[in-house]
Amino acid sequence: MSPTGIDGSAPNAIEVRDLYKRFGRQQVLNGVNLDCPHGAITAIVGPSGCGKTVTLRHLNLLLHPDSGRIVIDGVDVSKMRGRALDPVREKFGMLFQSNALFDSMTVFENVAFPLIEKTRLSAAQIEKAVDETLAAVSLEGMKNKYPSEMSGGMQKRAALARALIRRPKILILDEPTTGLDPSRTGAIHELIRRTQQKFGLSAVLVSHDVPKVFEITDRLAFMHEGKMRLYGTVEQVTGAKDAVFEHFLAGKTGYDSEDALAKRA
Amino acid sequence: MYESIESLGAAIIATIESLGAVVTFLAGAIFYIFAPPYKFGLAIRQIREIGADSMFLIVLIAASIGAVLGLQGVNTLTRFGAEGSLGSVVSLVLVRELGPVMAALMVTARAGSAMAAELGSMQATEQIDALTVMAINPVQYLVSPRIVAGVVSFPLLTSVFDVVGIMGGYVVGVGLMGVPSSSYFNGIGYNLVWHDISTGLWKALVFGLVVTWICCYKGYNAERMATGISRATTEAVVASSVLILLWDYFLTSILL
Repeated sequence: MSPTGIDGSAPNAIEVRDLYKRFGRQQVLNGVNLDCPHGAITAIVGPSGCGKTVTLRHLNLLLHPDSGRIVIDGVDVSKMRGRALDPVREKFGMLFQSNALFDSMTVFENVAFPLIEKTRLSAAQIEKAVDETLAAVSLEGMKNKYPSEMSGGMQKRAALARALIRRPKILILDEPTTGLDPSRTGAIHELIRRTQQKFGLSAVLVSHDVPKVFEITDRLAFMHEGKMRLYGTVEQVTGAKDAVFEHFLAGKTGYDSEDALAKRA
Repeated sequence: MYESIESLGAAIIATIESLGAVVTFLAGAIFYIFAPPYKFGLAIRQIREIGADSMFLIVLIAASIGAVLGLQGVNTLTRFGAEGSLGSVVSLVLVRELGPVMAALMVTARAGSAMAAELGSMQATEQIDALTVMAINPVQYLVSPRIVAGVVSFPLLTSVFDVVGIMGGYVVGVGLMGVPSSSYFNGIGYNLVWHDISTGLWKALVFGLVVTWICCYKGYNAERMATGISRATTEAVVASSVLILLWDYFLTSILL
């Protein structure tokens, strides 16, 4: 299955071509190709250490590729560095695995932070925007709490509100359900889907929550050994009869390479 | 043989790279002090945390050091019949040497360790990445204000240390040991000159830069785990303390 040309015509919110990255002697990314269509949720799944998070850290511009091309909303960011990236960064919101809420600030201050730092809105405008966004993630009435006073699920909602406050075009989510119990996982997935539709976002998320994440994703990428092994709709990927993917899905340990599987067969 | 040469070369390259990273970090932090958007509010908040909040500790340590200097000074000077020089001895020792060094060591232990732990914890919980992703330069937001605060606070804290220490020496030397008050203050008036004061303040300024630089660097580059934060904090305090003493010798030799 090719990682390109999902529906042929629409330009993608994010396009990655032949992305390579090495840390020391370890080649982590081996030519990643990925398309994240506009207005859709793209999920990247795969075994631990396959390069999902490193790929995501290229998409949110925290890492720069050794080679390859990354195009975000039509802008090729592969060679861009420093403050030149700021206008691109303002196109996306990011939900971190650990939420990355500033623990010295209240929920209101956390969510308002990007507006205070990066816009010239008045205090009243900021308060209105924060209230609206907190309502969108069902956190009304919590704005004076500190992150340490809230549950993991609520912290996740607050972090999502901060990611959404500047109304980004693209939302990037790193393991959004890590550390949550199954019922909260479902609620966060539902919230991601709801906010993605409400704000018309293009979302890309890395998740280990398989197969639950299949319920909300429009495109699924299965990553293995630094490459996108499978890409397409959930039906296409799950119907591909790929031994490595099925092995991963079955939750077996080891996540064998093709060679190991071939030997076993 | 070949492997040992290779590992030696790798170690030398790694050392040069890490030294380069430390210097580049400071250069970036200083550059962003002068680049918009200016972070006056954050610098003021850091001056409060590093400076004002350290005041009680500085007063406590300065008073006890001054008192000990008074006690030791009277006992030693009496042997030479020179107890009238107590004011000169206490003030010169404090202003030129003990004030800047002790104030810097105390602030390193209190505020420097907190700085390294706070930035280390922000690194571990992706808060520094969050700033970058929000198009906010984390060095400008977190490090530059602390460097400014260190450079402003350390000389002020040193001044307080000097004055309180001299008063501590007065209370013990004059109040308890019977040295004449006039000789104490006359000694200070005749022997303590502006050069002595400026030497101490220059030292404090350099220590303020070194401590905030090293503590921020260690915290900012902490490994993303609990042990990484504790290691960064320990290394920050040890490295800052050693550098304070090394720089003290170096500055004394050129400012003497």
